Amino acid sequence: MSAGQNDNELISKVLHGDHQAYAGLVHRYQNYVFTLTLRLVKNREEAEEVAQDVFIKAYKYLADFRGDAKFSTWLYTIVNNTCISFLRKKKLNIQSLDDERIFATADNQDAGFRADGVEQKSRHAMVAEAISQLKPDDSAIITLFYKNEQSLEEIAQILGLEVNTAKVRLHRARTRLKELMETHFAHEVKDLN
Amino acid sequence: MNTQHNMEERLWEYIDGTAAPAEMQVIEELLQTQSEWKEKYGELLEMNTMLHSTELDAPSLRFTKNVMEEITRIHIAPATKTYINNKIIWGISTFFITMIVAFVVYGFSQMEWNTSANSTFSDQLEKIDIAKFFNNTLINVFMMINVVLGLILFDFYLGNKRKQFRKEA
Repeated sequence: MSAGQNDNELISKVLHGDHQAYAGLVHRYQNYVFTLTLRLVKNREEAEEVAQDVFIKAYKYLADFRGDAKFSTWLYTIVNNTCISFLRKKKLNIQSLDDERIFATADNQDAGFRADGVEQKSRHAMVAEAISQLKPDDSAIITLFYKNEQSLEEIAQILGLEVNTAKVRLHRARTRLKELMETHFAHEVKDLN
Repeated sequence: MNTQHNMEERLWEYIDGTAAPAEMQVIEELLQTQSEWKEKYGELLEMNTMLHSTELDAPSLRFTKNVMEEITRIHIAPATKTYINNKIIWGISTFFITMIVAFVVYGFSQMEWNTSANSTFSDQLEKIDIAKFFNNTLINVFMMINVVLGLILFDFYLGNKRKQFRKEA
């Protein structure tokens, strides 16, 4: 349906009245947007609700997309802003998630995995689990860089940061992830090696 | 610890390809000669591969359908640039720039440049009669203009809302 068409062609169609062409964009980006909202919101039902809201907002303000950046970058900016508003509404302060709480959760989940005999978890699942246990802004930057294929310049634009700050944050997030994996998933890492 | 941190940071830049060409060469040499660097590089490279290999999460199967159902109820908003008139922005900017320039020119014209050496710059500034321009009448006129401009803009806003409402109806 839309496989052969690039983002700008689909956007142009939508703006010229072919609303069904928007389904192509939704289909193309739904997994990226959902993964990112899930990393920020940390709850599947809420993440799906927020992801849906993101696509509705993007549709409503599609005429504002000037095409000077990638559509994905523009869309992820909406994801970031929508998630921040959602978390504010829920009175969940992103910054208030301190390391202690995260590691406590990691301890519980780690114990849970073993009890359920999940030592055989795949490498993908283990890394995804570790990422989900990071602070929302750390897991978001890792997701944007590795899964959503955004450059540091684009990540800086999405998160409203300087490029150097984005670089430092990415490095910090990777260090935390490595520490988390070494501390809480040491057994799985050993099993997989 | 700091050296370790620094090593990791440089290696990540090397892996990401964001390091400068000269730095890339230095790191390549370090990787060939220093076992500690080589070991850390292997560790970080493995983590990099793992991060790239993670899979995306997928929403429910009805996701696209739900979004498409929702958007049938809404309209695409006009682009911001079409309803923010650039002429208004330029008009306001010109007004304020003219005010600032006029004030500076007036200030400098009031200064006595050929006075004695004892007279300091601050003495000169004190001689400028600001009260002459910032009196009650001028402020009242300024406020009046603002109120009129505010009412005109409010009228534009209500007019647009009315048009939008009719279109939706």
